[in-house]
Amino acid sequence: MIRKTRPHITQNEPLLFEISSPGKKGYQLPELDVPPIDAKKALGSQNVRDEIENFPEVSEVEVIRHFTRLSTWNYAIDLGLYPLGSCTMKYNPRINEVVARTEGLAWAHPYQPEALSQGAMEILATLEDLLAEITGMDAVTLQPAAGAHGEMTGIFLMRALLQSQGNPRKKLLIPDSAHGTNPATATMAGYAVQNIKSNERGLVDLHELEKFVDEDVAGLMITNPNTIGVFEENITKITDLMHSKGALVYMDGANMNALVGMARPGDFGIDVMHLNLHKTFSTPHGGGGPGAGPIAVKKALEPFLPTPRLRRSKDDQWTWDYNRPQSVGRVRAFYGNFGVLVRALAYTLAHGGDGLRRATLDAVLNANYIRKQLEPYFDLPYTAPSMHECVFSDTRQVKKGVRTGDIAKRLIDYGFHPYTVSFPLIVPGALMIEPTETESKSELDLFCDALISIAKEIEEDPQMVLKAPHLTRTSRVDETAAARKPVVRWKPGQSSSS
Amino acid sequence: MRYLPKSETERREMLDTLGLDSIEDLFSHLPEEARLKRPLNIAPGKSEYEIVEYFRARGEETAASYTSFLGAGVYNHYRPVLVDTVVSRGEFLTSYTPYQAEIAQGTLTTIFEFQSMLCQLTGMDVANASMYDGSSAVPEAAMMAVRVTHRNRVLVAKTVHPEYREVLRTYSQHQGMPVDDFGYVDGAGSLDLADLESKIGNDVAAVIIQSPNFFGIVEDVKAAAELAHKHGALLVVAFTEAVSLGLLSPPKEADIVAGELQSFAISPSYGGPYAGIIATKEAYIRQLPGRIVGETKDTHGNRAFCLTLATREQHIRREKATSNICTNQALIALMATVFMSVYGKEGLRELAEQNLAKAHYLAEGLDLQFSAPFFNEFVLRTEPEALNAELLKHKIIGGLPLGRFYPELEGCMLVCATEMSKRAHLDQFKKCAESVVQPALVAPRGGSL
Repeated sequence: MIRKTRPHITQNEPLLFEISSPGKKGYQLPELDVPPIDAKKALGSQNVRDEIENFPEVSEVEVIRHFTRLSTWNYAIDLGLYPLGSCTMKYNPRINEVVARTEGLAWAHPYQPEALSQGAMEILATLEDLLAEITGMDAVTLQPAAGAHGEMTGIFLMRALLQSQGNPRKKLLIPDSAHGTNPATATMAGYAVQNIKSNERGLVDLHELEKFVDEDVAGLMITNPNTIGVFEENITKITDLMHSKGALVYMDGANMNALVGMARPGDFGIDVMHLNLHKTFSTPHGGGGPGAGPIAVKKALEPFLPTPRLRRSKDDQWTWDYNRPQSVGRVRAFYGNFGVLVRALAYTLAHGGDGLRRATLDAVLNANYIRKQLEPYFDLPYTAPSMHECVFSDTRQVKKGVRTGDIAKRLIDYGFHPYTVSFPLIVPGALMIEPTETESKSELDLFCDALISIAKEIEEDPQMVLKAPHLTRTSRVDETAAARKPVVRWKPGQSSSS
Repeated sequence: MRYLPKSETERREMLDTLGLDSIEDLFSHLPEEARLKRPLNIAPGKSEYEIVEYFRARGEETAASYTSFLGAGVYNHYRPVLVDTVVSRGEFLTSYTPYQAEIAQGTLTTIFEFQSMLCQLTGMDVANASMYDGSSAVPEAAMMAVRVTHRNRVLVAKTVHPEYREVLRTYSQHQGMPVDDFGYVDGAGSLDLADLESKIGNDVAAVIIQSPNFFGIVEDVKAAAELAHKHGALLVVAFTEAVSLGLLSPPKEADIVAGELQSFAISPSYGGPYAGIIATKEAYIRQLPGRIVGETKDTHGNRAFCLTLATREQHIRREKATSNICTNQALIALMATVFMSVYGKEGLRELAEQNLAKAHYLAEGLDLQFSAPFFNEFVLRTEPEALNAELLKHKIIGGLPLGRFYPELEGCMLVCATEMSKRAHLDQFKKCAESVVQPALVAPRGGSL
């Protein structure tokens, strides 16, 4: 029944430290063309180290084999569907990687003269404009390094605007379906968190919300579509309600892949939002980063954006404007994750307006196709129309003692990366599935067949599923032991059984 | 569209399965007023060739083919070929955060090696899997010190990168974490320990210094640590030039090390993406922000790695988390890991020695502002605008004029030389520097230019 994979040999590989031997080299520097300096004399002997103790010494051949062997132990989008919910694991176009390495861009120093940076600044300005058009907002900053960093920036902006009106207020309202970064961000901005319970359809409950909105509330942090993949049907009523009480609405743009070209947050009352360029705009996740989390805002928030801002000078050149007296300040050094921004622009240029819209349509089609195929086999606790992702519950399988995490591990044997496990928290034992638009029908069919097959296995042999994965080079990993007695670095004489 | 792998026939089949006429029907429940009723005002999609051309043209509108003496937190170091070879492998490039350990051992193993090598370089016990960059690692380190000490004030040296200090201020403003500066010794350019002593008190959670500092000067970490510890504060040592760690004594007297790894084969790329790091003592591991990889075993008893101590993090702890950080800089950290593997123990030292030699050759005979020992950058007294203009005639980008960040250093620039600086360019720089009339000769120091 496993149609996608067949086992193949994988190579064992020790740690770098374990293949190290004194005197092995993977480098050669050019001969020094200036007189050498006695480091101890120049810096003082107490400032110079004898050696980097136990640092590896390996040859070039070993370096390439080491990392190539390790790479084969990973699953990746390049190998197939990677359906993590709210993560938008779509194809990462290789042209993005090529253009990010354009010499004049990759080697541009952030402090080189503006006159010699115009091309880089033009790229940033172009991307700001495109993102403003896509979100329906008035201004964009590209400075934040990732989604959570963008959230922090966005909440700082809200706080600054409210402060300028006399009162920054005390609380942020956050639905219980929200990503964990939302409440963590609220804390970093000095706000208390008030959780808002979702209604029986998994949406923000207007009446519940109304109870909590008062003059202490700075704003609402909302994800739309939310983490069960459903568009908040009352979104304009929600934003109107918040605005009527002088509060603002922040949108977590993690799920923007469901909306591009079809609906714009700026048009449904959002004041400030972030985008995850490493989700919606195809820049690679790289095993956990780098990302980029631009913030888009309405006009009222524009004066508070981080410094510096791009500005067109009188002689029609780009210049960095540091004179922004109302700015919340910098959220990082320099101008943002430029290399990631280049990739996002390349993606946007490749699609064009119509292509972006088509991508959205296919993303939503794919999610609904999966939902339709799997509905007979898994519980769907919230039946509102799905957009780019669908969320099932393991309630049926739990009766056989099998939970979402176990199903996920068995899915690995079928040659797929699992969906997001046990999130959002409002769904008991969630299986959160987001296919994205860059999956073919046959890949989706294989995936659905795999989950259907697992559902049947659970009926027949739950014990087998509980012990999965069976076909990986590494069997189930003991995460509890890792946390109990953390070993977070190699030391000489440490155990080795790769 | 080439990124959409479906034929019209397949779309039709899928719609038939759903019992729908068109994909747009899947959006019919969106409230009318929320829908975009016009096409996006974005030009039609472009071919791969046109996209390459577009970015090539933008690249030509920058400083390609110029030589540069800029440092100031971003350094020109050679990037070994293996770095891009490794990070271009789809298995690293296109994988997600390694939450499913059984099929992410590649990424997890490299992060474990990264953490281990960072500990060896910094003299710390534990390191995290990366932060966004050095500038955000510093405020995260300060917040960590606040949690450890249950105090709230932070003292930061003026010789910490000015943009890092700005970021620290931004982060601190809503957390009840007042930040105060302390100065440097006028002629030396190193920490003013007396000023630190006059400002420190039992409300101080962290003393933050940078070594080599923003002026390139190697600081007395030990003395700063003694002073901080005497008052019950933690010492945070920041670094921006990671190559210096190949040669300099590790800041093992620090409690937290927060740094930037851009020097380890990460392109300057107009300011990012880079990779930050926080390393610390074992005792503080549960206050460390960001992801951490730990060693464990699988059910067959084989060594395996997984993300660990997640109860510190936002996806479990929500508003009580150590930080809101989620996505970090994993692929960039992998670049640094490959770089460290290629150079190894001897290579990192030789590389650092070459940097030291080049910068000292460049400095020899020039008018330096400060007397304390420096690594690969130094502060030159000159007329910055005039010198940079002269250098540009030779397709050389000079140093960073310091007046922008330090009004008292108006007639100074920060100059950096690395292993990439060729002798001919160093000589050209010296020649130009000597030809520019120095402000000391035309006006008293600090006078207007």
